[in-house]
Amino acid sequence: MAIDTSKNSYTIIFSVIMVVVVGTLLAGVSSALRPNIKANREIEKMQNILFAMGITDASDVNAAVPASEAKAMFAKYIGDDQYIVKGATAEKTTKAFDIDVKKEADKVKADPNYQRQLELYKCTKDGKTMYVVSMRGNGLWDAIWGYMALDKDMVVQGAFFDHKGETPGLGANITEPFFRDDFKGEHIFDKNGNYKGITVKKGNGDPKNIDKLDNEVDAIAGATITGNGVSAMIKKGLKMYVPYFKTLKN
Amino acid sequence: MGLSKKHKGLLLDPLADKNPITVQVLGICSALAITAQLKPSIIMAISVMFVLAMGNVVISLLRNVIPSKIRIIVQLVVVAALVIVVDQVLKAYAYELSKTLSVFVGLIITNCIIMGRFEAFALANKPWPSFLDAIGNSAGYGLLLIVVAFFRELLGSGSILGYKVFGDAIEKTGLYSIGYENNGFMMLAPMALIVVGIIIWIQRSKNPALIED
Repeated sequence: MAIDTSKNSYTIIFSVIMVVVVGTLLAGVSSALRPNIKANREIEKMQNILFAMGITDASDVNAAVPASEAKAMFAKYIGDDQYIVKGATAEKTTKAFDIDVKKEADKVKADPNYQRQLELYKCTKDGKTMYVVSMRGNGLWDAIWGYMALDKDMVVQGAFFDHKGETPGLGANITEPFFRDDFKGEHIFDKNGNYKGITVKKGNGDPKNIDKLDNEVDAIAGATITGNGVSAMIKKGLKMYVPYFKTLKN
Repeated sequence: MGLSKKHKGLLLDPLADKNPITVQVLGICSALAITAQLKPSIIMAISVMFVLAMGNVVISLLRNVIPSKIRIIVQLVVVAALVIVVDQVLKAYAYELSKTLSVFVGLIITNCIIMGRFEAFALANKPWPSFLDAIGNSAGYGLLLIVVAFFRELLGSGSILGYKVFGDAIEKTGLYSIGYENNGFMMLAPMALIVVGIIIWIQRSKNPALIED
């Protein structure tokens, strides 16, 4: 080759060109695909909220409604019955759907006096009113999040969990039916009406989860830290809604 | 296909006698991390094949202009850029698949096989042989992932691709009704190492040429 590739000046020019080319390519790809990705995320969120309420694929109760129907189903069951909860009050607004739990948490971190906004979806299915709340926490490797549907007596009607990077076969099993179905029927307040949350517990001697009043579900073997993350997420996440929940109970 | 003998060797040798995992012992981290279930292993195998094939061709095309002083950095940039493009395209057009893949995209960048093939082959060979070399090596890698994942999922969870072959462990049906239990140890990373070790042992006892002194 005619070019002397061992010269320092060549190395510098090569790296500059490489950075510019790769940077432009990635920026172009990212901005070209952003609208699609955003739409996909919104549909996924709708699917997850619907799933927590037990609105699933017509042929498979363990699958979310198909992406193509998610928007229509969301409009049918929830529509603009969305609220932003601040303390004990709830304001009806379709902006609730745009709330990003992570961003809200970051705002609280940056400013402890910030009044955190919480999303809440109200839906009536088979004559029963349900309240869906969202939560977010940390598993073993990365973020975990979920939605939980509660009735007005604060009994769990359904739950949905997802994760960014838990171990397949272990922590990642929080998305499996055998784990999330255990939450159905659990109470988040104890018998005396004190807020308890729900604990994912090892060796609670109740693997089939018959005792619904113990505020506990059976943990997944080999996924202790993910399980503790789920407990903490529920405890902290639902606690923020408690002032509002108390107004529902009375 | 009219492949010459040399080209055939590039494609087929990595499946057995030059297998990147069992003979060169590369890419072990991802082989341990993701083989608890079959499905992610298959997805990982396909993704690595795509990234390695594209990357090998790109590096091979640039082989005469890459300054040797910064070649490792150039290789890293190529892998990282490819992986990000793949990730973004999947998120936009195959969202379900990208969710399954999420953890593994990052792992592809750190896969030693990719950098190993860039450095050992693509930098010194033309694009077409580099492409074949990439397909061969990623197939050898993928084959091993799938074999390991097959045994780990079968013995650890009693299922194949999520389908319960031994019956239901909680309801005690099928094999479980006569006292069979899943081996929970199979779900943990050390067992992947032991399974890979057993495969290496079998392979070397069948082909003594692979045994080092």
